[in-house]
Amino acid sequence: MVDVLVIGGGNAALCAALSAREAGASVALLEASPREWRGGNSQHTRNLRCMHDEPQDVLVGSYPEEEYWQDLLKVTGGITNEHLARLVIRRSGTCRPWMRKYGVRFQHSLSGTLHLARTNAFFMGGGKALVNAYYNSAEALGVDIHYNSPVASIERDGDRFIAAILEDGRRIEAAACVLAAGGFESNREWLDEVWGENENGERPAREFLIRGTRFNQGVLLRHMLDSGADAVGDPTQAHMVAIDARSPLYDGGICTRIDCVPLGIVVNREGKRFYDEGEDFWPKRYAIWGRLVAQQRGQIAWSIIDRKSIGRFMPPVFPGEKANSIGELAQRLGLPIEQTLATVRQYNAACAEGTFDHTILDDCRTVGLTPGKSHWATPIVEPPFYGFPLKPGVTFTYLGLKTDDTAAVRFDDRPSPNLYVAGEMMAGNILGQGYTGGIGMAIGTAFGRIAGGNAAAYASAGRRQAA
Amino acid sequence: MSTPFVEREAVVAADTVKTDIVATFAQYEAEAQRILTICNSCRYCEGFCAVFPAMTRRLEFLKNDIHYLANLCHNCGACLHACQYAAPHEFDVNVPRTMAQVRSQTYADYAWPPAFGALYARNGVVVALAIAISLALFLMLALFLNGTLWHQPLAGDFYAIFPHNTMVAMFGAVFLFAIVALGIGVARFWKVTASVEESGAVPAGAVGEATADVLTLKYLDGGHGEGCNESDSRFTLWRRRFHHLTFYGFMLCFAATVVGTFYHYLLSWPAPYPFFSLPVILGTLGGIGLLIGPAGLWVLNVRRHPDHGDTRQRPMDRAFLAQLFLVSLTGLALLAFRDTSAMAVLLAVHLGFVMAFFATMPYGKFAHGIYRSAALLKYALEKRTPNNLNLGAD
Repeated sequence: MVDVLVIGGGNAALCAALSAREAGASVALLEASPREWRGGNSQHTRNLRCMHDEPQDVLVGSYPEEEYWQDLLKVTGGITNEHLARLVIRRSGTCRPWMRKYGVRFQHSLSGTLHLARTNAFFMGGGKALVNAYYNSAEALGVDIHYNSPVASIERDGDRFIAAILEDGRRIEAAACVLAAGGFESNREWLDEVWGENENGERPAREFLIRGTRFNQGVLLRHMLDSGADAVGDPTQAHMVAIDARSPLYDGGICTRIDCVPLGIVVNREGKRFYDEGEDFWPKRYAIWGRLVAQQRGQIAWSIIDRKSIGRFMPPVFPGEKANSIGELAQRLGLPIEQTLATVRQYNAACAEGTFDHTILDDCRTVGLTPGKSHWATPIVEPPFYGFPLKPGVTFTYLGLKTDDTAAVRFDDRPSPNLYVAGEMMAGNILGQGYTGGIGMAIGTAFGRIAGGNAAAYASAGRRQAA
Repeated sequence: MSTPFVEREAVVAADTVKTDIVATFAQYEAEAQRILTICNSCRYCEGFCAVFPAMTRRLEFLKNDIHYLANLCHNCGACLHACQYAAPHEFDVNVPRTMAQVRSQTYADYAWPPAFGALYARNGVVVALAIAISLALFLMLALFLNGTLWHQPLAGDFYAIFPHNTMVAMFGAVFLFAIVALGIGVARFWKVTASVEESGAVPAGAVGEATADVLTLKYLDGGHGEGCNESDSRFTLWRRRFHHLTFYGFMLCFAATVVGTFYHYLLSWPAPYPFFSLPVILGTLGGIGLLIGPAGLWVLNVRRHPDHGDTRQRPMDRAFLAQLFLVSLTGLALLAFRDTSAMAVLLAVHLGFVMAFFATMPYGKFAHGIYRSAALLKYALEKRTPNNLNLGAD
């Protein structure tokens, strides 16, 4: 019998497997996907939000614990757990040497991400390079890795883990187990179920795109919730951003973002604006736009810009629809022409004089327009005009298993002695809503290591007792 | 501004592009454009090498940009193994392969005389014929000049077999042609890929940086100093080490020739030189490098991941490695047995391999060093000019 069984194959699972192995446990890891799709959503990540009190290799300035905590408090609107959040924050300040030991390399913030140069350490080559490094290290250390091994259920004796039952019927016993199999964002039926029907009689989740892996079906999460594990989080809460509507259904990742939103206007299927496009810098706003678009009819919207915006935003992966007049553009996009023309006319007329600068919160705003545009409001008048379709893209869901600072799964508010949880399956303990870049990897790394270490300790105590 | 974007149909149609065996240059360019558009909106690989920082200075990728970036790519493989959009992802992003395909086309495109560009595509035949003809030529010449291939020991006196001036005339002519052909090719490449802001003087700092990048093979270090990828996602420095042995081995052999020339003309000290003379020591050390280096690179080439680079160019890579290895092997054999009756045969065979090597230099793998160096110089220049883009934050 193996000491520690890790279920999952992304960052948190790998951190758990490596931590358990370095503590002397024998470890098996079950990844649901085939080898070429391994790593779950971690393969699409790019950085780790890191606390630090002075400049470090790839991080400038300082990002003290308190500031990190305040940032998290703000984005979650207080729906968080301060004790666990601070645990993650403090561990983010010390985990990078450990990550390096297992082959993860860091690089300075990428071009276009200067705003993250202080707070986020970027993985050289991105998350897939990190995942590769961890798998290579795990293989070298003798972790027994199984691909194509989705787990259907857990066999327990009360609160105690006994074995995992795989979807193919295999049964794997272990002294302790770490659950790190992700959220349920890839399960479109489940998303549909929790989002239900809106007031227009639509089922909005059917239009959602999944930004990450297709393998986070939430089978194990649902099994755990159904079999009495304590839950945390609202099932409709997720990291959801506005992405290009033409993106693939799964694994579109970073490149499907549409960064021109703050430079122009966004209209819905009725050709009407519905929110302040210039409220703040796009990196601080894209995550609320996923929900905003989800609330529109057809769960779709279009960002419209003119020629002068080209070269002022990160290049998009799909070309914008292009036209020489707003009317022609509306026609091409399938928008009501008269209403779209009226919306643009009203917006253009409301743009006050100002000094445009897309790199600061400038003074170009609208006057007497509802909803207004707070910054970067300049008339859309210079052809050609471009339109980019937006849809909600789900990164990951927040519904998960309640845990504590030992990473134990809890039943009736009591910790299991040998069943632990890490990563997206418990991120909802800290992220009740909202998101800030790089926090997911910070949670996964911190709790993966805690879970792996505790699982190994439990197994080793069991061995001593048996001896 | 013209549309900087690739049509979505092109994105979806990756498989069609990929599997077309007789893909035309236009298809390679379209594929490079498609891939660079995806890369430019992702940018995770910026730390690996020079290609990605150079890419981020652009919004659109025209023919000249693609030619430049393709030659800047060292085929290290890091961006392939790290790519979230690599196959089986439907985007099927493979930068090293696409760049290699474009690269081979640029060699052919800029070749001089232009008609000889087609020789790249038939590199196997070209090298085989060049070697066969050169060997036959020197063996027949030796027989013709000496009446026999098996002679009394001559104490290593090559010129007793082939007069000095004959060798100078033959090798001088072929070598000069190779230099001119490569020079014209790279000059055309430079002209096509140069942008307006680089048309001025070349600052010494840029030359120094590019030279260091070439001599240290900076971009085979993976950006983190641990090397490049070969058969899998693990990093290794062996390609860099074997390439260093090959490159510096070649340079030592070249230095041996230069010193010999110097001895001959300025010191009036004709060959053969003793074992512990400078030309022989340089040549021997270089020869050893040219045995180990190409042999090592061959092994890595055979083991390289099939998705990594353009497998259809591997015969050209290996032909070049085999040529270097055989030039060195025959040279060392000649040195070892120059005092025996076999010297004439060994000399003719060695000269045959050397001549074939020089003759095929402008139409084979050797060209990569010239074009890569030019691309690195362009990169060093470009990064010293202000970036006109101001894209805001993502």
